[in-house]
Parts: sequence; C-alpha cells; structure tokens
Amino acid sequence: MTPGLSAFIIILTTLNVVGAVWLMLSMRRRRGDEPGPGAETTGHVWDGDLGEYNNPLPRWWLWLFFISVAFAIGYLVLYPGMGNYAGRLGWTSINQHEAQQRASEAQAQQIMARFTGKSVAQLRDDPAARVVGRNLFANNCAVCHGSDAHGNPGFPNLTDQDWLYGGAPEQLEATIAGGRAGVMIPWQDALGASGVENVLAYVLTLSGRSVPAGDVATGKQLFAANCAACHGEDAHGNQALGAPNLTDHTWLYGGSVDAVRASIAGGRQGQMPAQLERLGPQRVKLLAAYVLSLGAGGGSGAAAP
Amino acid sequence: MKHDIIEKRVGLLAVLIALVISVGGLVEIVPLYLSGQVTKPAPGVMPLSALALEGRDIYVREGCYNCHSQMIRPLRGETERYGHYSLAGESVYDHPFQFGSKRTGPDLARVGGRYSDDWQRIHLLNPRDVVPESNMPGFPWLARNKIDARVTPKKLRALRSVGVPYTDQQIAGASAEVAGQTELTALITYLQGLGLASQGWK
Repeated sequence: MTPGLSAFIIILTTLNVVGAVWLMLSMRRRRGDEPGPGAETTGHVWDGDLGEYNNPLPRWWLWLFFISVAFAIGYLVLYPGMGNYAGRLGWTSINQHEAQQRASEAQAQQIMARFTGKSVAQLRDDPAARVVGRNLFANNCAVCHGSDAHGNPGFPNLTDQDWLYGGAPEQLEATIAGGRAGVMIPWQDALGASGVENVLAYVLTLSGRSVPAGDVATGKQLFAANCAACHGEDAHGNQALGAPNLTDHTWLYGGSVDAVRASIAGGRQGQMPAQLERLGPQRVKLLAAYVLSLGAGGGSGAAAP
Repeated sequence: MKHDIIEKRVGLLAVLIALVISVGGLVEIVPLYLSGQVTKPAPGVMPLSALALEGRDIYVREGCYNCHSQMIRPLRGETERYGHYSLAGESVYDHPFQFGSKRTGPDLARVGGRYSDDWQRIHLLNPRDVVPESNMPGFPWLARNKIDARVTPKKLRALRSVGVPYTDQQIAGASAEVAGQTELTALITYLQGLGLASQGWK
C-alpha cells in the first residue's frame, strides 16, 4: 500500500474514533436544570406547547460505548488496522493459517510416524493404518469409486480381483500416485457399422454370450488385426496398457450389448487423476494398503477368471 | 443544542448521513481498488477461452453459485480439502465474480482436473450415477442444448470493454470455437479450468 493510502486510512479512522468520542462526551451531561421552566429542550414543539427535553443518553449505554472505544484502540494497536502499521502482535491471516497447518501437520505426523518405513502389505495388515486409509478413501476416492469402493460404470470396482493395471502393492501405489489414462480409440470409422457388429459378436462369444446379428468368424479376424495389439491375441487384456480382459464377466463400462457396442464404436477414455501431488507419498501408501485390503489382494493377473 | 440547524435542512442532513456511513467503505474498500491487489491478475490467471466462457454462462444460468462457492478461505480445514486459498487476483476477469455465499455442495474454486471429464459428464447429467448420496439435481438438458455461437463474440467484446484483455483474434475465432458444442461440453471445459493457475504456486 502506498504511504498516501496508508495515511488516508489512518486519518479517516482516527477522525472517526475521535469524532464519535466527542459526540458522546457532548451528550453526556444534562444541560440546564431539571425538568421545569428553563430546562433545555430539543426545540421540537407539537400542538403549540408540547416540548421535548434534551436528556442525556443513559449512563449504562454511554459506558458500554466507551468500553467499545477502548477495545477499538487496543485492537488497532495490536492488530493491523491502521494502514501499513502491522500491529504489535504481527498477526496476519496468512501467518495464522500457516501456524494452523504446521500444528495439524505435526499432529498428523504423530499418527503417521508408526506407519513410516512399512510396506504396503504390512500396512494392509495394520488395523490402524486401514482406518486412516478408509478415511482418506472416503475423502478422495469415493466420489468416483463409490463409498463402498464397488465402482460405477466407467469407474472400476476395487473390491473384486480384476485389475486393469495390476493389483500388486507396488502397482496399486503407482496407479494412485501417478494416475492412469486408459484410452480406447473409436473404431466406428475404421471398421464401419457392420465391422463393429462383427467384432461385437466375437467379443461377446469370448465370455460365452452371443448376439444374433454379426458374423463371429469375420469379427475374429477383425479382432486379431485391430484389437489384439492391446487386448492380446487371447483377449485376456494387458495390464501394462490397462487393456481389460474381455473374456470375463467384468465390464468397466457395462456389459449390455448396447454398452459394449458403444465402447467399440465410440471408444472410451478412462482417467484416474494423479494423487501424489495432493496427498503426498505417505497417504498414497496408506490408500494403496486400504485398497489392497478391500479385495482378496495379491497380484491376481489379467488371466483371472 | 441547535438541532434545528441539521433537522430543518434536509439537504445538509443527507450530506452528513452520507459522510458518516461512507467512512467504513472509504477505509476498507476504496484502498483495495487503488492498491492493485484486487485489480491485477494473480500469476498464471488468463481470461477464459470462448468455450469456457460459454460454460461459465451456463454455470450462472443454472444457478450453480446457489450451492457452490468459488472462494477458499485461509482456514486450515478448507485449504486441506480444496487446496491453496483463493486470491483476489484470481477473480479479476470474472464479471460478476462467482465467490458465492453458500455451500450446499463443495467449493469449486480448484475443481479443475480433480475429476475426469467423463466423471463430470456423468455427474452433471445425473449425480446419483456416481455419488448415490448426492442431493445435487441432474442437468440432462445440457447434453441436448447447443451453444448459440452467434452471440459468443459479443460476449467477449462486452467483457473486453470492462477490462478483460481478449485479443481481436480470440474474438474473431470465438464463434468457430464454440460452434456445434453442447452446453455440457462448455460447462465441463469451464469446470476443468477452475483454479488451474494455482498449480504453479507453492
């Protein structure tokens, strides 16, 4: 703030306080005599002879007022209020915020201390770690994966044994820390409408289902030429790419004929936001431990039934 | 006491009243405008793209500000949940600003990038599809309505006249940028950009 602005604030504030005190002091005493002829009136006259005494304000009210003026002066000395003057206490809202953060972080570190140096698998077996992990999950993950971690269409179920990017502790940790971007490009243009129907028919037979339309044999050829690069020749998926296993009954975007068709024709864009920046490594680890505790855990592969 | 002097001159009375009640504003508000703290953009803060601007207008039209604030106060509980506290310089291009005054839902000042585009789409159309406990209304018509690209350049020009530094190129390209886009896409573009500038601060 420029010195001019600072002076502007100081002068106006001082004038305001001094002016208010002067006003109250001038109203403190009864003027003139007790009620009767000669006592001061406000000068208002009604009905020709009804006057109004100019009585002082009640004593208790005046005292309350003077006390609040004293408070204001004390406040302006201790806290920043007078322009650039920082106040004797040196208080700022930012300092206060940072002090609160430090205190809270110190408190958290006390709780976290017992978890440092432990592996994700060890943390999974520690009930206290799971409680912290569960709270972190509710605050940060439940919005997409659901408060019961059962997922939603497009957001994986974390309680089954089917993992897009692997369910081993270090893979879970990597997924949470760095996020994931699962991209399946749209195949509508490349395959054409009939091609999509054929691939759809073939893909559904992989999990033992069938659709009346679509030629499975052609679909199989198209699959080998276009889809196998990510999903694998046997369609068991590829955890390095996050390509799902197509032979099981787990469907990330829904397993209805329409949903699978939409996945093939329009592609899908799965996105798990990275959490490391927001939560820090220790909380990421606790989250990984909690997620690990949800399913049977372990690194069940893409080939799991 | 000479009450008459003031009480019988309405003009003088009005002037004195105005003087008395303006002290607070003169001391607390006027210096902020003159010191630049609330008029200069914070580091990294840019005017909204044409599509995000249309999304912002949807945000205002649907009354999102009635339940969502965009103002993180410097309180530990808030910064822990939402991120860095909001700075005045983040709202310099907002006309009007979207601080909001009520939080039925969470603060959105830093919601950009926090969830995926897909999540935002599903959640806006029917929040209960992803958050069963949610009491936010669904906005299914956003996916059907198209942005009216004809008025977008006018909006940019209007904002430029109040100090948002849109370039001639941005205004010229505004219609093309939003043409054919749904209101849903525009709103998601707006939401996904909220608070991104703060990612460069530490």
